[in-house]
Amino acid sequence: MSDDTLLEVRGLRKYFPIRKGVLQRTVAEVKAVDGVDLAVKIGETVGLVGESGCGKTTTGRAILRLTEPTSGEILFRGRDDARMIDVATASPARLKELRRDMQIIFQDPYSSLNPRMTVGEIVAEPLQIQGLMGRAEREARALDLLKAVGLSEDHSRRFPHEFSGGQRQRIGIARALALNPKLIICDEPVSALDVSIQAQVINLLQDLQERFGLTYLFIAHDLSVVKHISNRVAVMYLGRIVELASTRELFENPKHPYTEALMSAVPVADPDFKVERIPLEGDVPSPVDPPKGCHFHPRCRYAQDICRNEVPAYRQVASAHFASCHRADELGLRGLKSS
Amino acid sequence: MTRLIIGRLLFMVPAALGIITFLFALFHLIPGDPAIMLAGDNAPRSVVDAIREAYGFDQPLHVQYGRYMAKVLQGDLGISNYSRDPVVNSVIPRIINTAQLAFLSMLFAMIVSLVLGCVSAMYWNRPLDKVVTVVALLGICTPVFVSGLLAIYFFSIYLGWLPISGMSSWRHFILPVITLGAFQAAVLTRMVRSCMVDALGKDYIVTARAKGAPEFLVVFKHALRNALLPIVTLFGLGLGHTLGGSVVTETIFNWPGLGRLMVNSILTRDLPITQGAIFFFAMIFILVNMIVDLVYAWVDPRIRYD
Repeated sequence: MSDDTLLEVRGLRKYFPIRKGVLQRTVAEVKAVDGVDLAVKIGETVGLVGESGCGKTTTGRAILRLTEPTSGEILFRGRDDARMIDVATASPARLKELRRDMQIIFQDPYSSLNPRMTVGEIVAEPLQIQGLMGRAEREARALDLLKAVGLSEDHSRRFPHEFSGGQRQRIGIARALALNPKLIICDEPVSALDVSIQAQVINLLQDLQERFGLTYLFIAHDLSVVKHISNRVAVMYLGRIVELASTRELFENPKHPYTEALMSAVPVADPDFKVERIPLEGDVPSPVDPPKGCHFHPRCRYAQDICRNEVPAYRQVASAHFASCHRADELGLRGLKSS
Repeated sequence: MTRLIIGRLLFMVPAALGIITFLFALFHLIPGDPAIMLAGDNAPRSVVDAIREAYGFDQPLHVQYGRYMAKVLQGDLGISNYSRDPVVNSVIPRIINTAQLAFLSMLFAMIVSLVLGCVSAMYWNRPLDKVVTVVALLGICTPVFVSGLLAIYFFSIYLGWLPISGMSSWRHFILPVITLGAFQAAVLTRMVRSCMVDALGKDYIVTARAKGAPEFLVVFKHALRNALLPIVTLFGLGLGHTLGGSVVTETIFNWPGLGRLMVNSILTRDLPITQGAIFFFAMIFILVNMIVDLVYAWVDPRIRYD
């Protein structure tokens, strides 16, 4: 582990039990996150992409322990920079302290703000809970934060329902910034917004990253957004990371057939640009009973016998490029041309 | 907020006038000649005529309506047919007795339902929640006359701890308050539970946890305040019901309240008392509803700005 690692996730698992009957016996488990390994360096943005239901959001929430992980280590470089703290086993008091350093921006700006609190209260509350400042200081800080995200001071006395979606997301960002965190997990922060607003919010996030030295774990399903903002991208499928590389490498030279299929679905704003789409047949398999062998084999057009029987190892396939595919070395997969 | 209060108070005026008109109509719509009713079926004609003249029943309807309205607006609801006391004098003390019972019952119901409902929601779908749900269902299914009589039998007769009837000391309050409050508590508990389960599942609860808020802050500041609106509605209805519908409880525990006064007045055909009781019931209901409206605005800022 190098010194510039801010967050390192090892073997993260989150299983949701399915209970049945009078005695509520556990009859099965939804393996939402099934062994995720991921490292995030200080100051970078790591994109986490995948279809709906692949476990992106659960991964983000489990890292913050907003849902309790079933197993795994979540090592985070806390206040004193010297050593990593395991978030997964942190005591409630330690966890509360860790919340100052790791925050989250939610997907839905309509439901993630408490409708009974004014914007000022929402932004200042983390400071109050953490007992960091006096009342007057908190209010002043809330006003500063609102200005930093492009809202004005007189917005602080209003309630969330008086704002548009983009403005609400700005409030959510200001709230996440209040404690001056190191890491912000952005859980699809723009997917609920209009396209015109998406660009504004993305640019705001980039500005803030520069200004406050933030590190982002950026969860999304929109590849163009991820391509724009991320330094590195991890592709998730059925609870596991199947490929990880620098953004450019991943988009130009994918090593996993699933990534290739995702790339072929990215719309390109050029009417003369023709691309052969690779349609993925069927739905994402059930995370209750994932397919044997490689999870992706039922939908993979390159699948062979080995894929149906053996789980591929998640291994380095090129410099700083990881993938879990038996045939990563032999397949010449097509990516996106750099534009 | 001030504008809202004034608006609501002004709204009470047409409502009150409507009630007075309805009471006047009630008096004249029920079958039979009011003068004969007052004098008795076998009274001589001269007596009936004298009463008709004295009460103004010989006047045209609009004159009678005007006089009645004027009297009510001055606080004169007439005179009891039997005791010859002004109606107001016999109704007011009864209202106070009923209000004591109703408010204490609702206070009891509120505390019990908030505690049980929140606990139930926090332990949603776990054994504790199931126990609370079943107990609440039992409470809803048991009529007051059953629970009241059982309570008297067990606590007053079998154990001998509490008095059976009357209201001469604080110990007399315990059984009626709990009997009347238990039903409301059961109804409210289920409401609190379902609203809290709903509120606790919202994203802003995750937001609050992400801020590092301790569990009691999450439950009571973030979830409860959002869950409160339907609870306040139901609470207001419950208060109206206990104020007006405590007739059975008052009868079981021999409580000298407005409900019993009204039932007695109907049985003895003491119409002015019945009218007076209805008038006050209606006014109390309007007042309670007004307070509920104001509480709405306090609970939900979205209503305040309409």
